Amino acid sequence: MTVDIPVARRAPIVRALGVRKRYGDNEVLSGIDLEVGQGEVSCVIGPSGSGKSTFLRCVNHLERIDAGRLEVNGHLIGYREKNGRVYELREKEIAAQRREIGMVFQRFNLFPHMTALENIMEAPVLVRRESKAVARDRARALLDRVGLGPRGDAYPAQLSGGQQQRVAIARALAMEPTLMLFDEPTSALDPELVGEVLDVMRDLAADGMTMLVVTHEIGFAREVADTLVFLDGGVVVESGKPREVLANPKQERTRAFLSKVL
Amino acid sequence: MKDEALKAVPVRHHSRWVFLALIAAGAVLVVRAFLDADIDYGVTRQFLTADNVLRGLGNTLLISVLAQAVGIALGVGAAVMAGSRFGEVRAVSALYVWLFRGTPVLVQLLLWYNLSLVVDTVSIPGLGTWATNDLVTPFVAALLGLGINEGAYMAEIVRAGINSVDKGQTEASQALGLSRAQTMRRVVLPQAMRVIVPPTGNQFVSMLKTSSLAYAIQYGELLQSAVRIYTNNLMIVELLLTVSVWYLVLTTIATVLQRYLEKRYSKGVQR
Repeated sequence: MTVDIPVARRAPIVRALGVRKRYGDNEVLSGIDLEVGQGEVSCVIGPSGSGKSTFLRCVNHLERIDAGRLEVNGHLIGYREKNGRVYELREKEIAAQRREIGMVFQRFNLFPHMTALENIMEAPVLVRRESKAVARDRARALLDRVGLGPRGDAYPAQLSGGQQQRVAIARALAMEPTLMLFDEPTSALDPELVGEVLDVMRDLAADGMTMLVVTHEIGFAREVADTLVFLDGGVVVESGKPREVLANPKQERTRAFLSKVL
Repeated sequence: MKDEALKAVPVRHHSRWVFLALIAAGAVLVVRAFLDADIDYGVTRQFLTADNVLRGLGNTLLISVLAQAVGIALGVGAAVMAGSRFGEVRAVSALYVWLFRGTPVLVQLLLWYNLSLVVDTVSIPGLGTWATNDLVTPFVAALLGLGINEGAYMAEIVRAGINSVDKGQTEASQALGLSRAQTMRRVVLPQAMRVIVPPTGNQFVSMLKTSSLAYAIQYGELLQSAVRIYTNNLMIVELLLTVSVWYLVLTTIATVLQRYLEKRYSKGVQR
């Protein structure tokens, strides 16, 4: 089965080939082919249950794939290949791979017992063995970058949803990832708070970050994405330049979906 | 309507006065029984600060704190094991809880105390060999008996705490590259504490009193100090009241401590 794979202009950061994933009898991903090039923003849209979040979670091995290949930065995720055989990676090695991949969740998942600054410092101090002073300075700079400079000492519960999500983005950036995954980052937000999070993501894209974004924000996708991927029934139904896909969907399923959300 | 406070006649609950009267009548009966009885409260007060009683008090506090610490350590271990990916590890944890929660702690204490009937020597290669009787003093037997039993209860409490933490927290830590151990120590357990602390305080209050069972294996705790004294002077009730006062003091302090810890671990949670 071949699906038109977007031609990456530079070396791909993410490369998925025939990725399959099933829960019991229910196959959620039925052969996903997808590439995200260096510095590209790829937005994944699709109806609920289409497997888009599951695919994203496979990219940093929060879910393990059942078949196919999934590479980030040219390395198989969760596995190692040697002499034509595939070996599972150890916990430590998987953790090392995940350091290269930032992830932002729909429900933020900030650590509620830590302040905003502590949330951001946690991984650099624990995982990269940065000194607290260095980590704190960088955390402050990151908070500035997401527009929350003065709120470093606030606990997540004292922040609005939009602010929490911006802290979560800063926390992911603190590990200096080469790839950022966004899992419906604005879906849990009140409508008036969506803009501030999208603004941060737009800036990030402009700075050249490679981003894979599962989203319902068609406007954001049209404006920021290099590639729009439409997922349905566990396969990539259609992908291409967002303006083209949105204006001239080639597949009936894409047309049907877009007519509901646009 | 003006800005006046609304004045309404509250509903009368006459039954609460009936209830209070019944309780008061019962209390009067009990107090009178104790006052009429041949009890020398001077003796009760006098022995509060007797050397032997204070030594017993110290030992009760010592064994309770240490056994609770052993219990917490074992409980955390068993709870983490109960969440393992490996069935064998989960089974070991379940077996431990089943065994030590399923038999009376007094029986366990007596078994530890009589361990020499099972194994008469303990040897560690390269270090030496000891007679079990020399190793398992009443203190050691009490610590093992109370601590290991406590661990089985703490395991359930800690497990409930770990399960109360949102799965997204673990995912966020993993996504950041934290190891399983780091995730547990820095992210999951601190949040689980909010659920773990209240019942643990309860367990410690219980431990302060349960430690009196160590009296049965010759450990010199508070109750034993009283028994030793009243077998000489026959002031049985006086001395039992003496230790009751001390137990109440200990459990009250423990309760205050528990409130303080609860506050501390609800950090970041909006009330």
